[in-house]
Amino acid sequence: MNPKTAAARRSRGGTLLTIGALFGVLFAFMSLTASPAFAADDDPYRISGNVQLDGEPLEGVRLVIDGPGGEQEVETDVAGQWRVGVPERGETYTVTLDEDTLPEGIAVVNPEDDTPAEVEVEVGAGGRVTVNFFIGEGERSVTSFADQLIQRIVQGLSFGLMLALAAVGLSLVFGTTGISNFAHGEMVTFGAIAALALVGPASLALPVWIGFPLAVILSAGLGLVLDMILWRPLRRRRVGVVQLMIVSIGLSLALRYTFQFFIGGGTSQLPFASEPKIPLFGAVQMSVIDMVSIAISVIVIVAFAVLLTRSRLGKATRAISDNPSLAAASGIDVDFVVRIVWVIAGGLAGLAGILYAYYRPGIKWDMGSQVLLLMFAAVILGGLGTAYGALVGAIIVGLLVEVSSLWIPADLKYASALFILIVILLFRPQGILGRRERIG
Amino acid sequence: MDLLQILSNSASSILSPATMGYALAALGLAVHFGYTGLINMGIAGFMAIGAYGYAIGVLTFGLEWWVAAIVGLVASAIFAVILGIPTLRLRGDYLAIVTIAAAEVVRLLFLTTAFDEYTGSADGLSGYHSSFRSANPLPQGTYGFGPFTYNETQWWVRIMGLVTLGIAVLVVWMLMRSPWGRVLKGVREDEDAVRALGKNVYAYKMQSLVLGGVLAAAGGIVYALPSAVSPGVYVTSLTFFVWTALLLGGAATVFGPLLGSLIFWVLQTFLSNFLPALVSAGVLPFMSQIQAGTLRFILVGVALMLLVIFMPQGILGNKKELTFVK
Repeated sequence: MNPKTAAARRSRGGTLLTIGALFGVLFAFMSLTASPAFAADDDPYRISGNVQLDGEPLEGVRLVIDGPGGEQEVETDVAGQWRVGVPERGETYTVTLDEDTLPEGIAVVNPEDDTPAEVEVEVGAGGRVTVNFFIGEGERSVTSFADQLIQRIVQGLSFGLMLALAAVGLSLVFGTTGISNFAHGEMVTFGAIAALALVGPASLALPVWIGFPLAVILSAGLGLVLDMILWRPLRRRRVGVVQLMIVSIGLSLALRYTFQFFIGGGTSQLPFASEPKIPLFGAVQMSVIDMVSIAISVIVIVAFAVLLTRSRLGKATRAISDNPSLAAASGIDVDFVVRIVWVIAGGLAGLAGILYAYYRPGIKWDMGSQVLLLMFAAVILGGLGTAYGALVGAIIVGLLVEVSSLWIPADLKYASALFILIVILLFRPQGILGRRERIG
Repeated sequence: MDLLQILSNSASSILSPATMGYALAALGLAVHFGYTGLINMGIAGFMAIGAYGYAIGVLTFGLEWWVAAIVGLVASAIFAVILGIPTLRLRGDYLAIVTIAAAEVVRLLFLTTAFDEYTGSADGLSGYHSSFRSANPLPQGTYGFGPFTYNETQWWVRIMGLVTLGIAVLVVWMLMRSPWGRVLKGVREDEDAVRALGKNVYAYKMQSLVLGGVLAAAGGIVYALPSAVSPGVYVTSLTFFVWTALLLGGAATVFGPLLGSLIFWVLQTFLSNFLPALVSAGVLPFMSQIQAGTLRFILVGVALMLLVIFMPQGILGNKKELTFVK
């Protein structure tokens, strides 16, 4: 081993420690006990919360808040939300949910608490605190950890496969053109919006079996059009990869707000989005749509892998990823292959968009940009430019996002994947740089 | 349509804290990207750390406003060091992806309900003004003329913003004329050549990352001074808008970030008033007021693309001093 590699190894260990330290510092910073602060200025402090059952808001649920300043009652509004103002901070309040106002057969459940409907909260120095109750069906039935884990793994696989569809396109584009395409998320959104326009009850209302394939074809068309009017002319001008990356950022902004222009800021649903879940085994529940979506992902990915390894086109694509100049010198029509790559990437992204619209669920103007970084994480995790790598990376990211939410708050689950992305980039800088040197 | 009012609003944004906040952040980005060639796509994360550091310092720890501001700047410097140690060895576009991911992680940490007590999660933080306002030397009243008429609190925010911006510009201008600044430009142009001259490229990059990060945090604080800290501000779009302002003015210049932010905000304010006014006057058919408001963000995206393709050096930049060297 030469001394350079050894030094690099050491630095990798060091960097891992540093990343750990970063988060340690952040968490320590946030969890420091608050010192009692100065007197109040404007707002009264408040306690608020959200009462939901399986994501559906519950209206008219009565809560009693007791503590300094007297007892108060509040009912949840249409959105299932409630809030009360309280006069003191640094004090403890008791929030009690009146279970009689919950729907039939529903209770507050919390395995770690004997009186789950009654919660004590401290209004800290920030003056705001959120109280959430765990509300579920049945008589305080508790899902075992193993069942929860299996449920998460199944969901993670489903999410990972969907992510893989989008990520292989991103990876192929990077491999053949060198563009880190920040507009790939918008290509995902485009597929979902095209599907909405074709099968949505408010617009064309085509049957699903015609509408969805048409939406995928339209997405592939978007890839083609973008290559024709934007990327190919830029290739001709020999614009550098960093510039191309920033162009893709501009494109992403333009497309994202164009979507908002047409569909507004709200969320719309595709047909069958609220199909009932069928219990399969253990705690695993899936709707028919979920199962069909997994099946489609697997079939498309296998077909794609066969295309990439067996066909002349697939071999040409891999040759260009390896060395564009050499590929061109061997008689491969680079421009043509790159155009096909954009078409395939567009189509796969569009398909992923439709599946993602069911997974979320709902179609929103910025839904693609929400998963863009996860796609990058998948592509980098698996190894850049390789389609199989993107597949493996996407499944790991999908599992990570879902399974990690068993331990960390659900609103931090994407952060875990991005954190892993940073860590992975520390593990393989040699591979990345080595590749660049080889292309020269 | 009241054109005079629209123009007055647009002119008023010249002195708005948002413009100064963007200018400071863009100046930090100029140090990162324009002078050192570091593609930092996480500038929103630095701004968030500055703003939250300030607000949490005042609200949770009860610090004086200027101590809290220093807390914000120091937190950003620490973040820059911790981010820089692993990432500065990466190639350009990888650095972009890692920094954008780090900024998102920071935003999600501020957004999560787990630390609601300190960060206010989705509501953000507000009500941290009393210390800053009590330091205001201006007597109560309204000052100024035309579109620049503000009360004493608004002037106090603007004066402190301008002072911060002035100091920042002076520091960056002097540093970039110094031998240290020349090494930074050398790193941008050809890292290996600078290394061959015996310079520690990694250390220079780190110093640049910290300096720019502190400037961006100052921008975040100035941005948050007049009203509130809201996690919805520090999304990736903010990063992209700051980039647009920077590239518009000129990435490898000291005054380019200022000019770019000024044009960006004056145009944004103008369009946000003018386009809906056109709709209500019936000039733009097939469009609602809200859609007209969205139109200006589409234009930002298109402007960013055109800028990078046709005028990568920006308004004040020198075409010979190419910023996109790699």
